[in-house]
Amino acid sequence: MSDTNVVLKKRGLSDLAIKRLFILPTLVLLISIFVVFPLFWSLGMSFMDYSAVRPQVKGVNPKWIGNQNYKDVLLDPHIWKYFSLTLRFVIMAVAGEFLIGFGVALLLNRDFKAKGLITTLILLPMMMSMAVVGFFWKLLYNPGWGIINYILGLGEFVWLANPKMTLISITITDIWMWSPFTMLLALAGLSAIPKHLYEAAEIDRASWWFKFRRITLPLVSPLLLIALIFRTMEAFKMFDIAYVMTGGGPGTTTELIAINLYRLAFAQWNTGKASAFGYIVLIMIIAISNIYIKYLNKVKEM
Amino acid sequence: MKKARKILIFVVLPAILLVASMMLFIAGDGEEEAEMAKGPITIFWAEWDPANYLQELCNIFTDETGIVANVETTPWSDFQVKAFNEFAAHSDAYDIVVGDSQWLGRGATQGHYIELTDWIKERGVDKSMAPATIVAYAEYPKGSGRYWAVPVEGDACGWSYRKDKFEDPKEKAAFKKKYGYELDIPDTWYQLRDIAEFFYRPEENFYGVAIYTQKDYDAITMGIENVLWAWGADLGDYDTYKVKGILNSRAGIESLEFYKELYKFCPPDWVNAFFPENNMAMTEGIASMSMNYYAFFPALANPEMSKYADVTGYFAMPEGPAARVAALGGQGASIITYSKKQGAAFEWLEWFVKPENQSKWGDLGGYTCDLKTLKSEKFLNMTPYNRSFMETMQMVKDFWAVPEYAELLESCQRYWSGYVVADQFTAKEAMDGIAEEWEVIFEKYGYYD
Repeated sequence: MSDTNVVLKKRGLSDLAIKRLFILPTLVLLISIFVVFPLFWSLGMSFMDYSAVRPQVKGVNPKWIGNQNYKDVLLDPHIWKYFSLTLRFVIMAVAGEFLIGFGVALLLNRDFKAKGLITTLILLPMMMSMAVVGFFWKLLYNPGWGIINYILGLGEFVWLANPKMTLISITITDIWMWSPFTMLLALAGLSAIPKHLYEAAEIDRASWWFKFRRITLPLVSPLLLIALIFRTMEAFKMFDIAYVMTGGGPGTTTELIAINLYRLAFAQWNTGKASAFGYIVLIMIIAISNIYIKYLNKVKEM
Repeated sequence: MKKARKILIFVVLPAILLVASMMLFIAGDGEEEAEMAKGPITIFWAEWDPANYLQELCNIFTDETGIVANVETTPWSDFQVKAFNEFAAHSDAYDIVVGDSQWLGRGATQGHYIELTDWIKERGVDKSMAPATIVAYAEYPKGSGRYWAVPVEGDACGWSYRKDKFEDPKEKAAFKKKYGYELDIPDTWYQLRDIAEFFYRPEENFYGVAIYTQKDYDAITMGIENVLWAWGADLGDYDTYKVKGILNSRAGIESLEFYKELYKFCPPDWVNAFFPENNMAMTEGIASMSMNYYAFFPALANPEMSKYADVTGYFAMPEGPAARVAALGGQGASIITYSKKQGAAFEWLEWFVKPENQSKWGDLGGYTCDLKTLKSEKFLNMTPYNRSFMETMQMVKDFWAVPEYAELLESCQRYWSGYVVADQFTAKEAMDGIAEEWEVIFEKYGYYD
């Protein structure tokens, strides 16, 4: 027996064993029970005709139906409408958040009085609960006494009751809430750019546009892409704000996929079909995220 | 040796701890079981005034029996989802649910409610309660004589209106000049439309009418049902479950077009309106008439909640071209199968159905379904709207109470909201779409076998 082993034996548990012991509950509870089990359980359910609220009878509920749920979801014209609506929302919201967030970060990336306070104030919206933000903006949009119409002098302009404006109204709210997130990441990227690069460019009398295109943008783009990945994934799953503000209406003008999935799973209790729908959404999000990640890796290599 | 020690630390010890904690949990449960059978019991209902009245009644129950009964509530928009989440989990968090009438099919066939047929018949509850309420809130399948709930809150759609505006001589004269008849409580839906048009004055921030338009749960459906039945159409054939040609008949389409016409006279931004918004239209004095369930009228008659309380009047559904019908609301109390305190829950029901306690329920503001209490002069004179409520309860009809009602609702809510407030379909397209989808749902669940 070596000296080291003798020492370990005397000390009882090794550091590694203690570490493992601490990690064990997390691994067992968090990953297997709360993540892995539901993931595989819902995957199984997506191939069944199953309603969680009905009594479980073997061969009846749940009942194996192969890929019928996936077929039903993919062949449902209403669901495709909701997908296209969600895509429109994602494009508008993420583009708005990117432009505003990055723009504000560029403005804040300099030394001025009360910079810390202003940055903190700008970050406030994203610290609020999404449901609260939804209710808050619902009041702001009110045509009778909402402050938006008052400030913009729009009289009784209808925002949330106007089928043409509803999605835009929700997008504006989402941009208000999440632009600070893009700004925060962009600001982190901007402040990490070495100053000497700009100094060298200035010696060469480079224009503002040249410096932006050749120094700022390439160096900040990895962080911007990370912000885009997160925002795209979140926007794709948008539920709270839209549900609180419009409940998916008027008609189906703001019936985003997450709202429709919620109805399918918890109002109609069509657990099997909802699981299949959930997996289709998951695959789409993974696919979109992968495109971003590939591009991110390319940017990093440049 | 080392391996055995590792197994002891990582496998055996955690397993012993887990089993020991489970044993403790189970043992604790067993000890409490006997005590739990005597309460306290929890009654689950939606968050509204009648739930507060029920809590007051439960306090009397506690004083008399020593069993604590608590009423737990959740907002209406979450009521159905939360209740069925609990049922799906076989949770014993609630002992009694005061559930919507359309839940009966699901509650009965999916095993969430305890059957009360014998209990109700032995106590003559099927005779002491108004027949329409027994059918609507307790019986499933309809006409089977099998009961799953005790009617608690009778309710139906009615109207509130601004008496001061209707009785103003200047308004009366102007109305008569324009429409050729007296401004008064409308006898027909067409008169109601005229009055809504007459009072539609956006420049004064005053509007003709407030109707249900919300897409969530069953709001717009409950509003449209009133006109659909009044025009002589129906949701379908309740015996054969055939829908095509009945719902999307000429009368059905016309009734839907009429509802959309009323929507023109609503306040702006009225696309997401259900009972809070329709009550607010009266308490804020922005509408001449407002559709709502009677159970929400106490707020309109309370001067502390509405500055127009003294000038608010009430009337029952007007006559349509074919009939006079009101959409049924209201709920019945069912004992939840998964409750561990069913003994105490039955004691509560036993106490609740006694005539003297039904009278107390009425006194507190609850819409009792007990015939004796309902017909008493005391009840009829208790509020300014009880008489029209009594009148309304004679002409009520309800939505499908089948277990698949939520799927049916999703379809009609989508089409009707799409037509009325979003112009996504024509009336015919909306009705045809619903008829098509409903028959697919009925087919899928074997109603045509």
